[in-house]
Amino acid sequence: MSDKTPIISIRNVTKRFKGAPSAAVDDVSLDIMPGEFFVLLGPSGCGKTTLLRMIAGFEIPTSGQILIDGQDMAEVPPNKRPVNMVFQSYAVFPHMTVAQNVGYGLKIAGVSADEIRSRVAEALELVKLDGLDARMPDQLSGGQRQRVALARSLVMRPKVLLLDEPLSALDAKLRAQMQFELADLQDKVGITFITVTHDQDEALSMAGRIAVMNKGDVAQLAAPADLYEYPANRFVADFVGSVNIFEGKLTLDEPDKAAVDCPGLGKVWLNHGVTGAHGSNVWVALRPEKIYLHVPGEGKAVRAAAEDAPEGHNFARGQIKGMSYLGDITLYEIQLDCGAMIRVSRPNLSRHDQEDFTWDDRVSMHWRADSPVVLLS
Amino acid sequence: MEDWKRSRALFAAVATAPLTWLTLFFIVPMGVIWLYSFGTNAGLTEIEISGTLANYKKALEPLYLGIFAKSLVVAGITTAICLVVGFPVALAIVFASDKWKPWLLLGIMLPFWTNLLIRTYALMAVLRTEGYANQTIGWLHDRFGSLLTLVGLPAPGAYEPLHLLYNNFAVVLGLVYVHLPFMVLPLYAALDRLDRSLIEASLDLGAGHLRTLLLIVAPLAAPGIISGIIITFVPALGAYLTPDLLGGTDSQMIANVIERQFKRANNWPFGAALSFLLMYATFIAIAIQALKAKQAEKRG
Ligand SMILES: Nc1ncnc2c1ncn2[C@@H]1O[C@H](COP(=O)(O)OP(=O)(O)OP(=O)(O)O)[C@@H](O)[C@H]1O
Ligand SMILES: [Mg+2]
Repeated sequence: MSDKTPIISIRNVTKRFKGAPSAAVDDVSLDIMPGEFFVLLGPSGCGKTTLLRMIAGFEIPTSGQILIDGQDMAEVPPNKRPVNMVFQSYAVFPHMTVAQNVGYGLKIAGVSADEIRSRVAEALELVKLDGLDARMPDQLSGGQRQRVALARSLVMRPKVLLLDEPLSALDAKLRAQMQFELADLQDKVGITFITVTHDQDEALSMAGRIAVMNKGDVAQLAAPADLYEYPANRFVADFVGSVNIFEGKLTLDEPDKAAVDCPGLGKVWLNHGVTGAHGSNVWVALRPEKIYLHVPGEGKAVRAAAEDAPEGHNFARGQIKGMSYLGDITLYEIQLDCGAMIRVSRPNLSRHDQEDFTWDDRVSMHWRADSPVVLLS
Repeated sequence: MEDWKRSRALFAAVATAPLTWLTLFFIVPMGVIWLYSFGTNAGLTEIEISGTLANYKKALEPLYLGIFAKSLVVAGITTAICLVVGFPVALAIVFASDKWKPWLLLGIMLPFWTNLLIRTYALMAVLRTEGYANQTIGWLHDRFGSLLTLVGLPAPGAYEPLHLLYNNFAVVLGLVYVHLPFMVLPLYAALDRLDRSLIEASLDLGAGHLRTLLLIVAPLAAPGIISGIIITFVPALGAYLTPDLLGGTDSQMIANVIERQFKRANNWPFGAALSFLLMYATFIAIAIQALKAKQAEKRG
């Protein structure tokens, strides 16, 4: 991938809306490679749509530069850009049939009627809408309408397809199916996809790379697994997945080990070094599924499991205060002896696993030395 | 909340007053005039309802049919100009910033709050032979002339004022001036409801602004365009004051003829027949439009 030139280059782009107290997009730089499935992820109002609309040409950057295929887009209007957008609201033309909608861009481009017919049929087949060509949009379901919008853009064979929360209006089942179809489609057609979402599951399951945005900034740019396992800061750790975060002081920092003393959790041991000054304030992030739960009597097992850390590290005791049975896992809210709350999830490996613990049970916990992540900001 | 529909007594009480009003001051007079149209003058003020069709027959004579046709043409031109001028105006208001929008709408509404007579006389002051329009053009003409002399070219002759008043041009101009708001407001309402992302989607798919306007905006604003056309065309067809004040001897519209029958000619039955012919024509036009709309709905 590194030998290719980026298909889209966003360079120090800032967008400040008139009268807004802060920038909607603040000095963002991103390179997106040809054929990539790129996802912009972030909470509502963080500037995802604004960034996408600047690529499409519907908003003009206050400063900075956007290059598509090496060409500066500053003077290029939306109808002349080699990108197509699938709008959050679908924007399917209500007065045209499905086929007319999908063929609209080709008709504008002056493509012959025969070719339009065959390419429309091909695009509709791709999104599994064949046979619905003559329907009007108000005779379609939400998911079908969304696929019309998708086909309408795909048929143009753009270099880049921009998708603004394309699945937000669908139910969970259809959404999962469409996520799969989108990824599959991207494989087939090889177009670069840039998708906006505020749904982290969607981002993790579809993306090649994810840019997590926060208040107009890119908080982290990484592959899904890296984003989840190695978050760069508290915002990303918290936004992507569920996490327990404890403040602490770095007491030991060597190339192959580190220790953090967290008043809210206890002594945390890591089997790798971190980059921070000794004694500085840091945060420890611990995912709920990376914590093992034990009945207090199982002391020996705990000690054996925690062998990768010195005595008294990576270990805590508490009392179960809340429980939610979610089918595949059970989620426990545990009050630690020092008073703080921690969330622990446990897979239900057998049909009776959820009966192992109940409210007010005393429990002990441990985690492995490669599980916690130390965050400096 | 739906109870009021069931409580008949209350419903009757609330509905009686307006119904009485409508019957008394609208239906009854209309009915009387309608009956007159089948009558003959039987004295200076007496009209005998004889059931004759002579009035309608006379109204369908070439002289009056010609005036009808002319009125239709004038109203049609007026409506077309209003549409061509009003559409960009409505679009401009829709896309104006929130700060400007209320002021622009106010600008469109303002003429409504001024008496029609005053507006028409103001227009006359502009269009008169010594009016502001001619003064301005004359001034430009003179400046242009002195410019030509300056570069050594022969100056054109003295400025001949244009005849802007008392002709068909003045009537159409006056009608456009009066009816433009009727066109702009329904267009604005229709365009304002339009989903902006549809316009953006069209641009995104490669269409320029003109084609987006023709292929996306206009079809989606069609209901607004049609109501704008009707709401402009119908009053323009029956316009009385504007052709009376701004028109010349050959710019008579049907309303002027009707007025003459009721007043100077004192031929109420004939005036009534002309009035009802005008109304039938209007009704038929609206009915055809409604039918078309229904067909379009069925197709869609
Ligand atoms: N046209 C506009 N005028 C002024 N401010 C705007 C405009 N569009 C967006 N903003 C502001 O810019 C910020 C970013 O908006 P944007 O639509 O990009 O958010 P988003 O990340 O897409 O959020 P969501 O997930 O809710 O769609 C928000 O604070 C928003 O209020
Ligand atoms: Mg958005």
